[in-house]
Amino acid sequence: MTPASAAGFCFRLLRRQLVLGLRRPVELGNPLLFFAMVVALFPLGLGPAPDTLADFAPGILWIVALLSNLLTSDAVFRSDLEDGSLEQLLLAPQPLYFSALAYVLAHWLLTGLLLGLVSPVFALMLGLAPAAIPALAFSLLLGTAVLSLIGGIGGALTVGLKRGGMLISLLILPFYMPVLIFGSSAVQAALNGSPAGPYLAILGALLCISIALAPMAIAAGLRISVDT
Amino acid sequence: MLRARELGLERGGRQLFSGIELQLERGQLVQIEGANGAGKTSLLRILAGLSRYGFSGSVDRFAPQLFLGHQSAVKGLLTPRENLAWHVAGEAGFSAEAIDAALAAVNLYGYEDVPSHALSAGQHRRVNLARLFLTRAPLWLLDEPFTAIDRAGVAALEARLLEHLQQGGGVLLTSHQPVAVAYPLLRLDLASGALL
Repeated sequence: MTPASAAGFCFRLLRRQLVLGLRRPVELGNPLLFFAMVVALFPLGLGPAPDTLADFAPGILWIVALLSNLLTSDAVFRSDLEDGSLEQLLLAPQPLYFSALAYVLAHWLLTGLLLGLVSPVFALMLGLAPAAIPALAFSLLLGTAVLSLIGGIGGALTVGLKRGGMLISLLILPFYMPVLIFGSSAVQAALNGSPAGPYLAILGALLCISIALAPMAIAAGLRISVDT
Repeated sequence: MLRARELGLERGGRQLFSGIELQLERGQLVQIEGANGAGKTSLLRILAGLSRYGFSGSVDRFAPQLFLGHQSAVKGLLTPRENLAWHVAGEAGFSAEAIDAALAAVNLYGYEDVPSHALSAGQHRRVNLARLFLTRAPLWLLDEPFTAIDRAGVAALEARLLEHLQQGGGVLLTSHQPVAVAYPLLRLDLASGALL
C-alpha cells in the first residue's frame, strides 16, 4: 500500500474546505457583515466629523479586521472534531504540518482575502484618504494571512473545549499585536506620504516565520485536542 | 501486525483495565469484550495511536491501519461520493468507478449525489463503512461497526470481514452484537485481560 502524495492530499483537503465554505455562503458573508457593522458603529461613537474619523481610520479598520478574524478562528477545526473527520486526518499517513497549512490557507482564502479585497469600500466609509487605500489593502492581505496562521493555533488548542471563545481570545490576542502594529503603521505611513514598503516588508517577514512555525504548533494542538 | 504490552488505563481515579497483552497476527480476528464503560473505545484509540498520553504500556504497529471510530466523519454539505472520496484520499487515488462501486456495496446506489444531510444516521455510517470496500490497509481497527446498520447491511459487512481475513488481513473490533463470521474468533476480555 503506497499512501497518496502529501501535495495531492493537501490539495484535496484545500478543495474540500473551499467547497464546504462555498456551500454555506452565509458563513462567508458573516465576517464581512460583522466588519461593516462594527465600522458603522465608530461614527456613532466618535461623532461623524470626517477629520476625526479619517485620523482614526487605520487603527479602526485594522482592529476590526483582527476581531473578525478572531471570531472565525474558533470554528476552523470545530465541526471536523465533532464529526470525527479530524481523528481520521491525524491517522492519515501524510504529514500533519501540510494538512494544517491547507486548513489555514482555506480559512484565509475565505476570510482574509475577501476582507482585503473589499476593505477599500470600508476605508471610504470612514473617509480614509484614497492615497492610503492601496497600503491598507496590501497590509490587510499580508496581515490577515498571519492572523489566520496564529488563529489556527488558538483554534487547534481550544477545539476540544465546549466554550473556547473567550479562552482563544486570551491565548492569541497577544500574538496578534505585532501584526496590528505594523499593519496600521503601514497605512499611517501612506497617509503621511512616506513609503509603506518597510512596514509591508516586516509583515511579509512575519508571514514567513508564521508559515514555518505555526503549522507545527497547530499540528501539536490538534493531537492534544483529539487525545481526550 | 500489532503488538501491545502491559497496557493499562486509569480514568477519573478508576482503573479501567490493566496488564492487557495483545498480539495480532495476519488473518486473525479479535473481538474486544467488556461492559459499557469498560474502556473498549479507549483501548482501541490507544491501539490506533490517537491517544498518546495517560496510559501505561507500549503499542507497536507493523502494518498500515484503518481505524473507524464511533463518529462517521460524514459532512452534511458534501455528497456521499465526495465524502467517501475524501475519506480515502490518504491512500493512493481511487477512480470514480471504484468509489461508486464501494457505495453500491453498502447499498447506497442512487444516493451518490444526494447531499448527506438528507441521509439517515445509518446511511452516514454506511458511507463511512464503504471505506472497508476500498482500503488496502491490512490492519483494521473497528469500533462498533454494526451500530445503526440494518440486518442486510450487517451480513454484507460480515462477508467483507471474512474476505479480508482470508486475504491475510487482521481485524480488531468492538461489538455488543455477536459477530457471525465463519472464522476463528478470539475474544479479549477487558476485565480479566485474558485472550480466549
